[in-house]
Amino acid sequence: MATNPMYQFNVYRIGPEIKIGEVDISFTNASLFMVISTLAILIVFNLGAKKKSLIPDKIQLLSELSYSFVSKMISDTAGAKAKPYFAFIFSLFMFVLFCNMFGMIPYSFTVTSHIIVTFVLAAFIFIGVTIIGFLKHGLGYLKLFVPSGVPIILLPLIVVIEIISYLSRPISLSVRLFANMMAGHTMMKVFGGFVVSLGLVGGWLPLGFSVALTGLEILVAFLQAYVFAILTCIYLNDALNLHH
Amino acid sequence: MKKIIIYLYALFSFNCIAKSAETGGMPQLNPEFWFSQIFWLTISFGILFIILSKFILPKIRNNLETRKSQIMENIEIADNQKSKSENNLKEYDKIISDAKDKAKKTFNSAKEKIQLDLGKEREKIESELNSKIQDAENEIKDLKKSSPEKIGLIAVDTAAEIIQKLIGVEINKSNVSAIVNEQVKLMKDK
Repeated sequence: MATNPMYQFNVYRIGPEIKIGEVDISFTNASLFMVISTLAILIVFNLGAKKKSLIPDKIQLLSELSYSFVSKMISDTAGAKAKPYFAFIFSLFMFVLFCNMFGMIPYSFTVTSHIIVTFVLAAFIFIGVTIIGFLKHGLGYLKLFVPSGVPIILLPLIVVIEIISYLSRPISLSVRLFANMMAGHTMMKVFGGFVVSLGLVGGWLPLGFSVALTGLEILVAFLQAYVFAILTCIYLNDALNLHH
Repeated sequence: MKKIIIYLYALFSFNCIAKSAETGGMPQLNPEFWFSQIFWLTISFGILFIILSKFILPKIRNNLETRKSQIMENIEIADNQKSKSENNLKEYDKIISDAKDKAKKTFNSAKEKIQLDLGKEREKIESELNSKIQDAENEIKDLKKSSPEKIGLIAVDTAAEIIQKLIGVEINKSNVSAIVNEQVKLMKDK
């Protein structure tokens, strides 16, 4: 039944069907893994925040290191003005990271391998950043599309390109994460299928590949969460410090 | 309001892709559970964001800040103690150099005093010696002056005695003395 490498991305209902009006909001396996990731983050960081020893133990160190890691990432890319958005970017980074990492467990479900999830996150970021930009700079935010130091003849073209690139941000942000997760998991599934179909004689090579791919995918899981968060910071930087 | 915008936007942009999804075989493009996923994503991420931002992250920040301030305090204390000990070291060095200077001075003054005393003593002794030498020389001079007469007398006496013993005759001393004087004169002349 599970020979199709895309089968792992199937969403199915867990428990009863819940409907609000015409809209189906039933609890699915995707919802389950979102909730698991959320709970895991909350448990880990709550444990880490509870202890207040001067010399931290492992779990306290973990939470404090991730705190300073994200904090440094934000201040490096978006400056001091981005401080109020720290909690959001931290939650975003941790949510994506934990969803990616839970996806690496065999027979689990990767929340971030669904375009709708990543797109909602990216669209929320895009709209939020645009609102912040207009609130901070008013109509001056439109200067973002007019880079300084460009010859006037080229300006119409540049403005069009800038607008297109700005509008494609949520798509590139969401597709990057979604495609990376889906491709990686599909590859692993394909190689896993090879191991089974080639059997005891020829299965060792794809098994080795599978092991190597697992390492690579764990790296990708971290990297994509990092990229997602840092791109959010960069977009936020555009909205906060308008210098194009 | 924001949520509705997101919903509409998502629906709008993926409507066209969704139609091809059912034939393409990608479960991601099957819109059956899209709203469920959006709903649960909003709920779980919202809860995560609220709890993290209200309860957990401030605690972690607090921890980090207290640790930082504590470390800073400790560093300050250590710096204070360092400067204090450096001052102590300087004082100690100063005391030692002062003591060395003092010892040198004492040594020098003692040396000078000793040399002075020595000079005085030497002068005193030398003057004493000089006077003694003078005395001795005077005595010698006196002796030199008076010696020929005494020698003459002694010679007269001895000569008289010798003559008496030799020939047993008492001789007039004046005779003898005349001869002796003559002889002394002869010797002096020589």
